[in-house]
Amino acid sequence: MTTRVVRGTLASRVFAVVAIVAVVVLAFLPSWGSISLQRKMVELLTLMALAVMWNLLAGFAGVVSVGQQAFVGLGAYSMIAFVNVHHQNLYWSVFFSALVAAVLSIPIGLIAFRLRGSYFAIGTWVLAEAVSLIVILQKSLGAGNGASLNVKGHALATRQDNSYWFALVVGAGAVLLTYLVLRSRLGLQMQAIRDSEDGARGLGANVYRTRFLVWILAAFWTGLAGATYYLQQLRVQPAGTGGAFSVVQWTAPIIFIVVIGGIGTIEGPVIGAVLYYVLRERFKDHQTVYFISMGIIAIAVALLLQGGIWGTIRRKLGADLFPVRRRLVQRPD
Amino acid sequence: MVWTNAIIQGVLLGGLYALFATGLSLSFGVMRLVNLAHGDLAIFAAFMTLSISTSLKINPLVALLIVLPAAFVVGYLLQLIIFDRVVGVDPAFQIVATFGLGIVIQNALLEKYTADTRGLNVGRLKTSTIKVNDTIGIGWLPLLTFITAVVVLSSLALFLKRTKLGRAFRATSDDPDAARLMGIDIKRVFAVAMALAIATVALAGVLFGARSSFDPFVGPARLIYAFEAVIIGGLGSLWGTLAGGVTLGVAQAIGRQINPQWGELFGHFVFLAVLVFRPTGMFGKVQSR
Repeated sequence: MTTRVVRGTLASRVFAVVAIVAVVVLAFLPSWGSISLQRKMVELLTLMALAVMWNLLAGFAGVVSVGQQAFVGLGAYSMIAFVNVHHQNLYWSVFFSALVAAVLSIPIGLIAFRLRGSYFAIGTWVLAEAVSLIVILQKSLGAGNGASLNVKGHALATRQDNSYWFALVVGAGAVLLTYLVLRSRLGLQMQAIRDSEDGARGLGANVYRTRFLVWILAAFWTGLAGATYYLQQLRVQPAGTGGAFSVVQWTAPIIFIVVIGGIGTIEGPVIGAVLYYVLRERFKDHQTVYFISMGIIAIAVALLLQGGIWGTIRRKLGADLFPVRRRLVQRPD
Repeated sequence: MVWTNAIIQGVLLGGLYALFATGLSLSFGVMRLVNLAHGDLAIFAAFMTLSISTSLKINPLVALLIVLPAAFVVGYLLQLIIFDRVVGVDPAFQIVATFGLGIVIQNALLEKYTADTRGLNVGRLKTSTIKVNDTIGIGWLPLLTFITAVVVLSSLALFLKRTKLGRAFRATSDDPDAARLMGIDIKRVFAVAMALAIATVALAGVLFGARSSFDPFVGPARLIYAFEAVIIGGLGSLWGTLAGGVTLGVAQAIGRQINPQWGELFGHFVFLAVLVFRPTGMFGKVQSR
């Protein structure tokens, strides 16, 4: 008998091929899809990226934040600052805005990480409020009214295509990033900590450092998604409907998506995001009732079906599409 | 003199913040539960009071006779039906369930009452003040609110210290497993604690609605101030919660006096400074966890 550690499964290999084909087909969407579909896909892909990042934090690293809107807002407003105030290149600004979000996540995290569990969650919320209030004081960024991204000199069609490709990279990249992180040493530590904090610590995992690294990573990608979303929307405002710092606009749907799709799985947030977005478009005329229903479903899932949609499917099928678990396989010689 | 007035108003406002914070402090103390729908439940109570007082044509403060017992029952049932399932599990689910509840309440209020701002009409009480001199005037409503906060906190402290059920609360807080072994019905203790928490925050919500205008989306800010008061005062200390509320109220009043836009931000800064320099708060006994 020989024993080997195996990760991939037949399902995962088939899925990898399907996923690559899907991304290639989506990359050519500007040549086969309508403009309106393209615009909708930007919304869906950025929302998906945000959900995937929140899941990496909450579902794998045990860091439950309700202040991720801070990084969406920082991404959006840094882009306004780079482009409108400092006249930098539109597309490079998207990247540098994400970098700003990541850098500022360090002081924010240093304060928030003094709290644990639910108190950490509200703490991140307070910090997001403080960041938003400071941004509102900046007259050059449009204060409370917001600002429009200056896109003079960029043709509409190219800009829309570019926004779409950015969003595709942000969305698909978020999933790939999660997969790679989970297969790395960092990912192993994260999951060990999630399963037993004391046990992981005893085996030499640095709990604080591991969580903090994931926090910064998520802030970067959240900022990237925020900047990309507003690259298409153009109009950035701090609060209210569509507000870059609005908890109702961002963090609420993100949490619903992840919990309903399946927290702590890679596939869950993707399924959740597609489901959430498609249903939202379907019930466009009943937004409030739709939001109430999603909230009730999320509560029900949190109470009764904690694996969400994908967790339930996975239990039935016993197969992962993204092989991050190590399995022992025994074979007779 | 302008400053003295600002500080006095801040102290009185702090009483309201302490009243918002009492339930949060209690539910954390007894069952380590943080209810993210805390502020939304307060605003829900304010809207209920609005409907009752207009349909029965009574003063909103009289309507409290109906609203407070109702809030008590709502809290009891919420604990039994929803929150009990998320006590002691992965905190993610606790956050999702309570945060989700908050979003549901906000949108339900939006659907029923629209996004218009409302106010509770408490008659002459709203405008009458005790004039100390030309710049300093103490409003009856803020003063009454502050006194209410002190009375509620004292009664609660006395309840925890003197009654049998209060002892059960403290025992459960210290060690739920040992308390269960001693024959304490933990589920009932949790349910009563949440009932008291929701009743006090409903009272706070109604007093808030009497002094300021409100809409379906002002709940989260109430939660945030309550939370700041709890952390500034220190976890596990009821009097700390009062001190924390007053500190927050004064910080906001001073900020607002410098620049009307700085009020909230000053409050947040004081909270962040406490987190950085004194994480146990002013009177804290327990580390937050």
